[in-house]
Order: sequence, then C-alpha cells, then structure tokens
Amino acid sequence: MPRETAVDFAIDRVQVLAPDGSVDEELDPDLPEDRLLGLYRTMKLSRRLDERAIALQRRGELGTYAPAIGQEAAQVGSAGALSESDWMVTSFRETPAYLTRGTPPHVLLWYAMGMEEGAAVPRETRNMPPSVPVGSQALHAAGLGWAQEIRDEDAATIGYFGDGATSEGDVYEALNLAGVYSSHAVFFCQNNQYAISVPREKQTKAETLAQKAISAGIEGVQVDGNDVLGTYAVTRDALESARGGDPVLVEALTYRRSLHTTADDPSVYRLEEEEAEWEARDPIERFEAYLRDRGALSDERIAEIEASIEDELAEEIERAKEGAQRIDPADMFEYVYATAPPELERQRADFGGESDGE
Amino acid sequence: MANRLRTIEAVRGTLRDEMARDDSIVVYGQDVGRNGGVFRATQGLIDEYPNRVYDSPVAEAGIIGLGVGLAAYGLKPVPEIEFAGFTYQAFHQIQQHVARLRSRTRGEFHCQMTIRAPFGGGIRALEHHSESFEAGYAHVPGLKVVVPSTPADTKGLLTASIRDPDPVIFLEPTRLYRSIREPVPEEDHVVPLGEADVVREGEDVTVVAWGAMRHRVLGLVDDVDASVEVIDPRTIAPLDTDAILDSVRKTGRCVVVHEAPRTAGMAAEITARINDRALLYLEAPVQRVTGYDVPYPLFARESAYEPDDDRIRAGIERALEF
Ligand SMILES: Cc1ncc(C[n+]2csc(CCOP(=O)(O)OP(=O)(O)O)c2C)c(N)n1
Repeated sequence: MPRETAVDFAIDRVQVLAPDGSVDEELDPDLPEDRLLGLYRTMKLSRRLDERAIALQRRGELGTYAPAIGQEAAQVGSAGALSESDWMVTSFRETPAYLTRGTPPHVLLWYAMGMEEGAAVPRETRNMPPSVPVGSQALHAAGLGWAQEIRDEDAATIGYFGDGATSEGDVYEALNLAGVYSSHAVFFCQNNQYAISVPREKQTKAETLAQKAISAGIEGVQVDGNDVLGTYAVTRDALESARGGDPVLVEALTYRRSLHTTADDPSVYRLEEEEAEWEARDPIERFEAYLRDRGALSDERIAEIEASIEDELAEEIERAKEGAQRIDPADMFEYVYATAPPELERQRADFGGESDGE
Repeated sequence: MANRLRTIEAVRGTLRDEMARDDSIVVYGQDVGRNGGVFRATQGLIDEYPNRVYDSPVAEAGIIGLGVGLAAYGLKPVPEIEFAGFTYQAFHQIQQHVARLRSRTRGEFHCQMTIRAPFGGGIRALEHHSESFEAGYAHVPGLKVVVPSTPADTKGLLTASIRDPDPVIFLEPTRLYRSIREPVPEEDHVVPLGEADVVREGEDVTVVAWGAMRHRVLGLVDDVDASVEVIDPRTIAPLDTDAILDSVRKTGRCVVVHEAPRTAGMAAEITARINDRALLYLEAPVQRVTGYDVPYPLFARESAYEPDDDRIRAGIERALEF
C-alpha cells in the first residue's frame, strides 16, 4: 500500500475586533451596548484591582499575588459567555474571570491575604476556588462536565489554565477523558507566552496549543486573546458544542504584561522591546477605542466609570482588611472532616489551652 | 578557608563545584536556566554549563521520570522541583521507579539522582508552598531524605547527596535560604548522610529538631531552666538512631519538634525507636511538639499552626516535670 495521508487536521484562528478597530461583521457577537459596557467596566476593574493588589503586596498587606494584566479580554470575554447554570473552574490568575462572574474583589483579596475565606466561594455561584497546582484543575472541569452529561443537563463547564499547564499530564488526561465521556467541558487555555520565565516555545514543539485537542479527538481552536469580542464569540460557540457533549479546547493568544507574581522579576528573562510590543496590543485600549468609535464611550463616560471603580475598590479593600482582623486561627480544625475525629478534637482542645498536654 | 555564605549561596556554590568535578551531572527543572531558579539557587549555572543545565516544561512527573532514564544511562540528574508541595505530581515516579530501581533489578541498575526542592513553611507563601512531607518520603524504602539546616551543612550534605549512589530527596527549608550567614568551608566538604549533629550538649533533656525548627529550639533553650541537648538529625532517612539513643540514655527525656502534622510524622517514628531500644532509660514519655493534623493553613493562620516558642517550651517542661 502506498504511503498516503491518513487524516488531515487544521486549526482555525479567530479574530473579531482587529487591532486597527475593524470588526468582522459575520463573527461579531452583536452584543447590546449595555453588555459591551459591562464587559469594559469589568476589564477596567480587574486592571485596577491588580494594580492596587501589587501596591498592597509591596506594603506587606498582601502575600504573593498573580496579576492578570494584559489578559482581561481573554478572561472577561470567555467568562462573559457563561450562563448562570454553567460552572467555572479556575487556576490562580483568574481575577478578571471571577469578577465577571460576580465574585466581589474583597474575596479575591482574602485569598491573597492568606485567608481560607478567599477560597470559600459560595457553591451556588458554580465557581470553584482557585487552584495553585498547575493544570490539576483541568480534570475537575472535565469531571464537572461529565456530571452535566450524566445528568443530561443543558449546561457546560469552563476550565482555565495556562500555556505552561499544557505540559502537565493532568491536562492531557483531562482533554482525553473529556472526549471519552462526552464531558460538557470547554478548556480555556490562556497562552500568555510565559510559564514564569519559560517562554511558550520552550514548553512544547507543537506549533499551537490548540492542536493538543486533536490527539484527544476533540475540537481545538485559537482565538486572539486580546480581542474581547473574539474570546466571547469563540467561547459562546464552544459552550454550545460542549452542552451537546462535544468538549472544546480554546487557545487564547495573549500576553502576561506584568509580573508572574509579585515574587517575580521579568527583566531577568525577557526584553523590554517585547513588553512594549504587547503594550501596544493592550486589550483594554483596543476595546475602548472600539467603544469610542461606536459612540458608546466618551471622555466623560470613561472618567465616570473610572471614578466608580476607584470608589468600589476603596470600599472592597477596606472590607478585605476588616475581614482579616476578624480571623480566628482555631477554625483551622473546623473543616478537616465533616465530624472531627477524637484525636483532632484533642488537638483542638490543646490548641485552645483546654488541656494541659500535647 | 571559609567564606561567610547564606544557605542559598551554599546550594549554588555546591552545585557549581560538583558540576566542575563531575561532568555527568545534569541540572534541570522549572525556571532553573535563565531565571536561575525561583529562589536563585541555580543562578549563573546555565552560562557556565549550557549543555548541562536545562529549563523544564511544567511537568513534574516528566522531570523525575526523565531522571530515571538519565540515571539508567549513567548520567547523574540533579533536578529541582520548584516547591516540595509539587513533588506530589511526581510521586508515582519517585515511589515506583526512582526508589525501587536498584532493588527490583537486583542491583543491575541504580538511580543516582538528587531531587532538590524548597521545603517547609514560614515565608507567607501561596497554598501548597509550605508543606513538610518528610515523613511521606521517609516511608519510601530506597529513598534517602535530607533536610539541611545551616549553610555549612547544606554544602556538606548536598555534596554527599550528589555523590551518593542512591536517590536522595534534598529538602531545603525556604525560611533559612537567606536568614543565616555562616562560614562555609571552601574546600571539599562532605557531611556523611545518616549522621546527626549534636548541636548543643546537655544533661537533662534531649530535643530533636531539624530545618527551621532546629533554630527555633536553639533560640529558646537558654531560657529553659535545665540543661538541654539539641540534636539535628540532618538526614531524616536513614535516621541516625544511635545518636538519638545515646543522648536519650544520658538524659532520660526527649522532645521531638517538627512542622509536619503529628499523625504518622517523624516524631512518631523517633518515639518508637526510643521505645524499642531505650525504653528503660526513659523518665518520661517522649513529647511530640508538631504541626496539627490539619492541611497546612494559608499564611494568615500559619503561625498558629506551627510549633511556636511557647509550645516548644511547654513540651520541654512536660518532659522535665513528668
Ligand atoms: C504543579 C505545579 N508545579 C509548579 C508550580 C509553580 N508554578 C506556579 S505558576 C507556574 C507557571 C505556570 O504557567 P502557565 O500554566 O503558563 O500559567 P501562568 O502562570 O502563565 O498564568 C509554575 C511553574 C505550581 N504552582 N504547580
């Protein structure tokens, strides 16, 4: 038998709002103006929260913090496409996504203040808490999506992770298992070009991360991650597919414009010229220019939005600090099991000074 | 000759010395190249040894699994896992292959690998960055477990680990990376694995502690109204049982302090060994001062979790007053 092509695959790349401001009419999700302004405000809120969080960390009021500066379109567009019945599974850099889903900033700050209260996301929000072990949460998204399939629910689950995470076995397993079980999962990979200091090219020889879907037999697609209309449209379609039992891997091409975390110094491993290039492709500026063009935004309107964000954050930061004053370390014994076993009760009593020996 | 160095500098210097001495050593891990490691333990090494220092993708099972292949070939992998809390991602490789290669091949193969990982709490780190899982590794036959507590010991123990024919997990307490500076021998310096250090001699009670807890103990024993002997095992596995037993036979009282949770922690093992071989010398039950049986809390609660001066002092008093 001659050698012939057994199967052929291709990966599409989607862009709706181009950097020059032009919009692809066919792909435009046609969102009403108040929705567009809502997305815009959330992107700005997230940017400002990140800036304030970095400043708070520098003053010792926060622990290690991972800003999402530059990735607002990727997250706000994708999380914005979720409905209330959908689930969201995050990594540790998903401030914009949480804000889009209505999580108040003070809760996000609590996690960065080293408080379990920050991971106590209300179950009814259908958001999972942040997950620090890289890529591990992709399996949880696959599992939630599988539950939706088992229960035949008309809902889906989005699972966030980064380019670095695609090297973890957990992520390969998640893609494969989602396919096998017709999980209602959308895997949303933010390719922000770096895993701490390691650039995307050193993470894998694969030309795209989206093509990792192909080996799992599911669909993979790339989207301009700095185009909020694009990430919205692509995720909306992916969720629709997932609700029908066909999981999708979305690779959003973006850039981590700031630090990996507040413990990081990017000047060691990347050039300022590269950072400047991506600054010019900033997702908020692109969207703002578009909204101005449409007449939805003016200088005054922007100033109003900015002022309301400042007020909101001032209040939220205050609330976060107040919460931090009220923590009771003794509650670390509280939630280990549904019912604390006797040895743990003994330790708790000892901690509280109610017994005289360890 | 000795330079005054911090622990992190001792790690770096030792890696450099050993790489110069033995060209089969390969250093790799996440961010260990251009970035020089998230704690800068490997800073500059990639410039000196571009073909023996590699950045790794975010794949812990891969990092350790590749090491088994390197070692089988005859190279000496010295991988870094970015934080000990992420060795769980590689645990099946460690347990099923790294630690068993010698035994399951009847010595035909062995796995000369030193896995370095930042370890322990106290630096206000993110979730999963403060674990003390030494007892878990000690429960893996075939694996050696080392926790250095001073810059000089770091050099001596890391040198010994890299040269050891068996696999070693080398757990570097993050809280000590930059907090202490002391003279570190410039010349070849080996601290044999399995030898404890009697850090301070005393007559009334023995306190066993390693990592950051060793320093906490030393910081308070002067205020204790008794003569305290402090032992740092340095190697958790194999444990220098004789050094601990010798001390306990002299003092008749013992306190073991660790950050890790109490249940099935190393203090339980040490207590059992004392009971096995020195029970009749004991004047009091061995006291355990440890972390609680709860997941290591986020940092707002971490000081409540780990043994503090008061708890350690109370443990010593219980041993003395029993
Ligand atoms: C399992 C695991 N290994 C290592 C780390 C340390 N670490 C934290 S973030 C990170 C890089 C992750 O890169 P990527 O997936 O691209 O996400 P990004 O940080 O860029 O958002 C690493 C290696 C971790 N948190 N978890």
